[in-house]
Amino acid sequence: MDDAILSSIRLSLQVAFTATLLVVLTGLPLAWLLARRRFRGKELLDVLLTLPLVLPPTVTGYYLVLLFGRHGWLGGPLFAATGWSVVFTWQGAALASYVVALPLLIKTARAAFESVDENLLRASTCCGHSEWSTTLRVLLPLARRGLWAGTALAFARAMGEFGATLMLAGNIPGRTATMPLAIYSLAGSGEWGAAHALVLLMTVLSGLFLYLANRGAGRWL
Amino acid sequence: MSSRRAFLSSTLLLILLPAILGGTPTSVRAAERVEITVSAAISLKNAFEELGALYEKQSGVGVLFNFGASGQLLQQLIGGAPVDVFASAAQQDVDEAERRGLLLPDSRANFAGNQLVLVVPAASHSRLASFKGLSHKDVQRIAVGNPRSVPVGRYAREVLLFHKLLPALERKLIYAENARQVLDWVARGEVDAGVVYATDAASRPHEVRLVAQAQDASHTPIVYPAAVVRGTPHQAQARAFLSLLLSEAGQEILGRHGFQRATR
Repeated sequence: MDDAILSSIRLSLQVAFTATLLVVLTGLPLAWLLARRRFRGKELLDVLLTLPLVLPPTVTGYYLVLLFGRHGWLGGPLFAATGWSVVFTWQGAALASYVVALPLLIKTARAAFESVDENLLRASTCCGHSEWSTTLRVLLPLARRGLWAGTALAFARAMGEFGATLMLAGNIPGRTATMPLAIYSLAGSGEWGAAHALVLLMTVLSGLFLYLANRGAGRWL
Repeated sequence: MSSRRAFLSSTLLLILLPAILGGTPTSVRAAERVEITVSAAISLKNAFEELGALYEKQSGVGVLFNFGASGQLLQQLIGGAPVDVFASAAQQDVDEAERRGLLLPDSRANFAGNQLVLVVPAASHSRLASFKGLSHKDVQRIAVGNPRSVPVGRYAREVLLFHKLLPALERKLIYAENARQVLDWVARGEVDAGVVYATDAASRPHEVRLVAQAQDASHTPIVYPAAVVRGTPHQAQARAFLSLLLSEAGQEILGRHGFQRATR
């Protein structure tokens, strides 16, 4: 049973780190696109990316199963080609966490990018820097606090994912049972002592990340 | 009125509208009909919905069903859920409820039995023919109920232990939250095989294929007990529901859904 608790902590960290890494790698470019470019369907894209933020996790989970299940629109061809399915794997849990955490970074990062003084960016391009160079040397550094806050929020959300994870990855101890899922099982079988410990840990960790998102950004960056 | 004021007032009105229309004074509510709440193992869903309709027709008392895994239902009871009847898929959960003084012991009765079966997705080309075949390398994922809280998972574990398939098979097991979820995963082809109740397999006959039935000797007899919850304000109505379960009419409905007769 301690096994179940320890593995749930390990899985939570594994899933949250993987999901957050993917969120940053894909979210920053998307936020940049939404902040710095105008194009047809831009606001539609924004809405689509923000949906997981407002939809109930069970709806998000439903769509994920539809897409990535063994017979899903994307999961079907994947299974046919490789014999592997993302359902019931920790990668599936990471995928669910990724989808729900992405909007948090995109929203925050977009706002951070848009708040950077346009004049500074124009000055940079006037001096001869390419868009890429301007982004790297001017935009990102000036937006770093918002980006950090968004990343911390995304990580906290990724760690706290439950509904969509349960539907896509299942609640398998040692394989996909992250802390929220383990708490659910433990509470469901009356093991309140163990559930208590995990709940306390989750509260402390989440609180810590919120603190980091708020103050750390101001003080250290 | 300025257009801004008008907008705010109408928004406020819209939000308050449900409260204005929906609220009824308590004296009116007291005259509404009596309703009992029945917490029942999810495998009983189809049969109980039919039984509930019959009960409502016969007695004029409404029935609210709360379906779930027996272990989860037990936890809800322990947590003080306002339930009138508890119907479980295993003695264990009712034993625990009784031990905690949550039930009226004289109302307890076994009302049905079930069988355990091994199923595969209907569309699968699996050549699985028995429980022992689960150790074959072609079988990657086996859905079973979470033994912590789901009776069908506990029974499945007993069968696997009987055939000496555990602990080797452990890494192939995918735990579901209740009996219907096990069935659903098999039906959708997310797993290669699953251990479900015979009644559940029969509820989706075109989506799952029966491979084998567990021998009686391989698991604790699957018996469904039910009891009235202590402290219910509707004791008479709750007892009446239990009587219906045990009556000829009730047993006929259960039988039609594949359950075995009650063995008192």
